[in-house]
Amino acid sequence: MSTLELDRGRPAEAKLRVIDCDIHPAMNAWTEVHPYLAKKWIEHLTIYGSHLRHAFSEALTHPRMSPDAARVDAYPDEGGPPGSSLALMRSQHLDANGVAFGMLIPLRWNPGSQRNLDFGVALTQAMNTWQVERWVKNEPRLRASILIAQEDTVGSVAEIKARASDPNFTQILLLPRTDEPLGRRRYWPIFEAAERNNLPIAVHVGGTNGHPSTGGGWPSYYMEEHHAVAETMQSVLSSLVFEGVFERFPGLRVVIMEGGLGWIPSFSARMDKHWSRLRSEVPHLKRSPSEYIREHVWFTTQPMEEPGRASQLIDLFDRIGWDRLLFSTDYPHWDFDDPRHAFKAPLSEAQRAQLLYGNAQAFYGIG
Amino acid sequence: MARHVVATVDDIAPGQRKLVHVQGRDIGIFNVGGEFFAIANRCPHEGASLCKGRVVGLVESSEPGSYQLSRPGEMVRCPWHGWEFDLRTGKSWCDPLRTKVRAFDLKVEEGAALVEETLLRAETFPVSIERQYVVIEV
Repeated sequence: MSTLELDRGRPAEAKLRVIDCDIHPAMNAWTEVHPYLAKKWIEHLTIYGSHLRHAFSEALTHPRMSPDAARVDAYPDEGGPPGSSLALMRSQHLDANGVAFGMLIPLRWNPGSQRNLDFGVALTQAMNTWQVERWVKNEPRLRASILIAQEDTVGSVAEIKARASDPNFTQILLLPRTDEPLGRRRYWPIFEAAERNNLPIAVHVGGTNGHPSTGGGWPSYYMEEHHAVAETMQSVLSSLVFEGVFERFPGLRVVIMEGGLGWIPSFSARMDKHWSRLRSEVPHLKRSPSEYIREHVWFTTQPMEEPGRASQLIDLFDRIGWDRLLFSTDYPHWDFDDPRHAFKAPLSEAQRAQLLYGNAQAFYGIG
Repeated sequence: MARHVVATVDDIAPGQRKLVHVQGRDIGIFNVGGEFFAIANRCPHEGASLCKGRVVGLVESSEPGSYQLSRPGEMVRCPWHGWEFDLRTGKSWCDPLRTKVRAFDLKVEEGAALVEETLLRAETFPVSIERQYVVIEV
């Protein structure tokens, strides 16, 4: 066993070229989106507030590691929460880590989980404009995501249509803790719009649907919640597969963000095994579940698995498919992955370039 | 190995830390209730600056439902992933045998003694006999 040493220094001439598929921008204050919200919604927010299906609507479902789930070193000197300063994002992350392109994933306020559907849709519209005005126009390396309020499919499809031809946006974004499993037909108009506009659907961990975060109920500890994101992603994938979404929308591409990786091969194999025995229950599936996943689903890499043996990581990538892995850091959150150190396995330069850049370049058609 | 004066004891208040650069290394000097410790600044996991981490005590439990907090201020948590390192030894709490940052020998010495020392590498650090200094060996 080797000993981790401090002095394996950061390469002095690190020629990193990275596409970071998960960057979280933050607002200094909620009033930043007021210019993009109708007056009635500003008043609504002032008088009634945000209504999510949990207590303390401005809190998170679990207290996070550190305030704001943030890296302790990501607080801007000028004040404001981590992720709110473009200057710090540039110096600490984009410049320092060779980020050529970065995908914005705004999370706060959870518009897709707002109980007031019209308010949720209005929030997505405002936050989508905010991404462009506040970030992409000021930093050409960044790209926006079309945030949608998926419980209102009419509003979601309208927002997708409004943004689809805007090159500032690269994908549609929703959070996986939806009111019903994501493959249910109520959500199909969203998939139809995604396919028609050739926009991938990004599913980033999160959402507040009122259901307990695990099948066994609400857990006690943040550590359990942090594991439950994998359960959530599994229910997303099994629902998309078994409801026949990929059969109905053969051009649909989905990227699962921040759900972990280690479970994917065993989960796929388990679904295949069940399909070989119970296929007639879902005759609309023409192929094995793992084939749909292999063809339609990509995964972001953070939080990277850190198995005890490097060969196990290589084996995992072999089984998921090297071309399905999109590098991500989660900046400025506490479980950030550094592109220099995230993959604790010997990789060839070609493999490293594929993971850090090439796969996302092909997936998003940028760079 | 050489001895380096890196701070006066007054530079670093109890609970605070100072990042110094010696022989090409970034080293964190921590004041724990008046005791000084020096550890390398880079987390061995993904390279974060430990000087930017929170200094905490050691939380332990003898059984579920029982918590003990001891050794206040003697652990630093990495600012990214929260790995805890013992400021006295540099060892991580979860994996002390394999995961550690280098701890450097450190002494607090009187300026009066230091001005006599000819090998001292303190060219950029004026030493006066009235004060106390943090000296590390690198």
